[in-house]
Amino acid sequence: MSAGGRRDDGGLRAWLPTLLAFASGVAGALAVKRMLYPQAFARIAEVPGIARRAPPPLVPGQVPFDTRDDGLDDETLDRVLADTWRREPGFVGWLSSVDHKDIGRRYIVTAFIFLFLGGLSSIAMRIQLARPENGFIGPDLYNQLFTMHGMTMMFLFAVPVMQGLGIYLVPLMVGTRNVAFPRLTAFSYWIFLSGGLFLWASFMLNIGPDVGWFAYVPLSGPEYGIGKRPDVWAQMITYTEVASLAGAVSTIVTVFKQRAPGMSLDRVPLFVWALLITSFVIIFAMPAVMMASTMLILDRLVGTHFFNPAEGGDALLYQHLFWFFGHPEVYIIFIPATGFVSAIIPTFARRPIFGYIALVLSLIATGFLSFGLWVHHMFATGLPMLGASLFTAASMLIAIPNGIQIFCWIATLWMGRPVLKTPLLFVLGFFFIFVAGGLTGVMVASVPLDLQVHDTYFVVAHFHYVLIGGAVFPLLAAVYYWFPKFTGRMLSERLGTWNFWTAFIGFNGAFFPMHILGFMGMPRRVYTYPEELGWGGINLLVTAFALMLFVSFVLLTVNVVRSLRSGSVAPANPWDAGTLEWAAASPPLPHNFARIPVVTHEEPLWHERESLPAVAGLRVDAREIVVTTVTSARPDLREASPDPSIWPFLSAMAVGATFLGSIFSPWFVVWGTPVAAVALIGWFWPKGNPEDEE
Amino acid sequence: MAGGIESLTWFFIAVCTVVWLLTMAALGFAMLRRRRTDHADPLKERPRADRLATLAVSGLVALTAVILVVLTAATFLTGKSLAGMQGEGLVLRVTGQQWWWQVTYESDQPSRVLSVANEIHVPVGETVTLKLTSADVIHSFWVPSLAGKTDLIPRRTNIQSFVVDRPGTYRGQCAEFCGFQHAHMGLLVIAHPRAEFDAWYEAQLKPAERPSEASRQRGEQVFTSRACAMCHGIRGTSAAGRVAPDLTHVGSQQTIGAGTLPMSEDNLARWIADPHHFKPGVNMPKTDLSGEDIGAVAAYLAGLK
Repeated sequence: MSAGGRRDDGGLRAWLPTLLAFASGVAGALAVKRMLYPQAFARIAEVPGIARRAPPPLVPGQVPFDTRDDGLDDETLDRVLADTWRREPGFVGWLSSVDHKDIGRRYIVTAFIFLFLGGLSSIAMRIQLARPENGFIGPDLYNQLFTMHGMTMMFLFAVPVMQGLGIYLVPLMVGTRNVAFPRLTAFSYWIFLSGGLFLWASFMLNIGPDVGWFAYVPLSGPEYGIGKRPDVWAQMITYTEVASLAGAVSTIVTVFKQRAPGMSLDRVPLFVWALLITSFVIIFAMPAVMMASTMLILDRLVGTHFFNPAEGGDALLYQHLFWFFGHPEVYIIFIPATGFVSAIIPTFARRPIFGYIALVLSLIATGFLSFGLWVHHMFATGLPMLGASLFTAASMLIAIPNGIQIFCWIATLWMGRPVLKTPLLFVLGFFFIFVAGGLTGVMVASVPLDLQVHDTYFVVAHFHYVLIGGAVFPLLAAVYYWFPKFTGRMLSERLGTWNFWTAFIGFNGAFFPMHILGFMGMPRRVYTYPEELGWGGINLLVTAFALMLFVSFVLLTVNVVRSLRSGSVAPANPWDAGTLEWAAASPPLPHNFARIPVVTHEEPLWHERESLPAVAGLRVDAREIVVTTVTSARPDLREASPDPSIWPFLSAMAVGATFLGSIFSPWFVVWGTPVAAVALIGWFWPKGNPEDEE
Repeated sequence: MAGGIESLTWFFIAVCTVVWLLTMAALGFAMLRRRRTDHADPLKERPRADRLATLAVSGLVALTAVILVVLTAATFLTGKSLAGMQGEGLVLRVTGQQWWWQVTYESDQPSRVLSVANEIHVPVGETVTLKLTSADVIHSFWVPSLAGKTDLIPRRTNIQSFVVDRPGTYRGQCAEFCGFQHAHMGLLVIAHPRAEFDAWYEAQLKPAERPSEASRQRGEQVFTSRACAMCHGIRGTSAAGRVAPDLTHVGSQQTIGAGTLPMSEDNLARWIADPHHFKPGVNMPKTDLSGEDIGAVAAYLAGLK
């Protein structure tokens, strides 16, 4: 993978302006930061372990070397760098933080709070469905609840928690000190938080959306959508999509340009690959749903007729736009989860992953193929046979890259010496559930089968097997795995085992019987069902196990709280893992690494047991990172990394208020724009780096 | 007809179960197999094991591809046989409405066009072709024992054909979320032998019988003079509303409110008194009829066989 010279940057240089313009354009500004300053090349010294050379003598008139890290001992270096990279004190400082660890942690904690709310809404629905003709909640609340459940789980939990883990872990795993666009990432979090609060506040005010997370027209259109409910749906989509796009752009540039020297593309951890590919899928999928939701709100608010059949609009156009996003969305959630699995299996199998190249290619293939499946959500809409057949074949095809991944993971375990700790236990649960979900996915790819089970509880069972099995179990594995890194404390293995078994039994007991309910003909999204159909017994069973699944998350919470108060202290590398994040302290210092490591192997910490070679020559009095080439990660430049700033928060508030107001009057878009523009001008105000001006 | 789908389903279930069991067996063996205890270094090179694993994984990927090709071929064959049904047979237009089904039997003679609600009577052993459309939002027509789903989309007409092999009553339900009362949008398909079907059809074409008892006459009078007639029609009376189900032979139906309640005079009275108790949000308003009037209307309607 050693492409010659600097040519290997050609592709990215062409991409960067596009990606940047996209992100800032979405936010309503055209200010594009000049990204690469012409700076001196970082000097590389392959110092074994920690450089302990005497500081060079200061010569008046020369560049003062005491602002570089060469001559400082490790302890001083950590202290000085931590001071340079720390966030400002106080509440404003908290709001201004651009540390990827702060932002990532906020993302993760917020997403778990939304998981709890989404879980509560499902428990309410399960109590209603436990008995036929039950009167616990009526159709009005039920329809809001299943819409809130779907939106919360998809947009406020699954996607953000994956992006949050990426924001936290990717810089650590590629050996850098911050993400490429820290302020954009901070902005992304505040927008995401505003969107989530907006949705749940609307629900509390009884204007929660009640048209399903897919909000099909004409049911959500101006004629049949009640009050402001579908508008809340449409604008909430806009918030979370802006947040996801901003996070995705930052992740892509971080992975392409900020990897530690020596981390050529064939040494990039698979989790980082997974986040990279997910980010590309986000960039291509999310605009489709933003278009759909914007056209919908235009229909509702300013009287356009995009989806009005009576005026030549088309209700099916909406479904195509929605599912062109909606199917890749599943992979936006699932691909990062495969990254967790690929990170955890080598550590506990005690050997490097088998089939690294095959796994990377499978991820890329999955990313591409995910765009070719959307019509299998629309088989019942009366498509031509030939078109439906094409999408059947494409849906079958995506089983191949996923199969390759499963086989490579099993081969890794087979050849390794597995150590059964809680993270691996959750990964085994993932295999059990996800493989079953993938196989029912093959079933619903078949048109005649799908026409039977489409929109029944069979499909509910299928996608919970895929999403909970394929994403939540790996996520829980990831929580147990990286919790020591995040907090410096270990989670209890004993509670972890209880957590696993309650989740595993609760999940299968709740969702396996739904396959049968689907075959018995129970449709989705019904708030009740007649007694004589005989669905009552199975539904009661499902509800009981759903409560057990809920309890498993309570156990997780107990484990986390106990561990934070009195858990055993975690060393830097408690699992003896091989990737770079375990070289940082637990929890990492604000600057992540005292010295940027030089990578010599795909599992650097296994390869360099004594100490990592490191880069020297970075400034310690200002935030500086190393920029490397895209494919071979040869050191290229020293680059200033942005300081904390309150402007991303203020910009997010301005943009968020614009979105919120726009469901009441289109004029909010007009009046919100100058406010957002002022905030963005503050954000992009030139900093005047003295070194650049020399 | 649904038999082809059933055997395809069982075939898929069998193949998927075997694949799942083999995968779990491989995983179990990978976790539990005995190992020699000599290498603690995770980076120890083991080229022979790697070669074997490469072979095994490649073989399994090839096998996966073969299985997928077989499943795809089975899908296409079943799809082809389902699509290959000949002739239109009995043609019905089904219009989905929030939250009931309007069913129109088409005919060249306008006097033989028949409009009913929520019940589809068909002859056994003959092709039935449904022209599906919607008057408001998207619905989906699904009678699980007869055929798969087909959506009803405003300003589009989708076609579904099926043949019912055995006489009987088949329950169906809207399968696309269509708003407040999506849960109570049921329908029945009732299959008769041809002669019985013809008799039913002729009976339905007749206008409603004029009641002879005094209480039912009062019911008719209340029905035609109060709000009922604004929405509902009864052929043979002055009630000519078109936005709600036609009630000319409502007493011969099996359910009230698109499958919400079983048909009986008592249930009719309870339904008329407060439809929102049984089907909250239904378009039929709660009326201010006196208890006596409600009883009379219920008796009148129940007698419209």
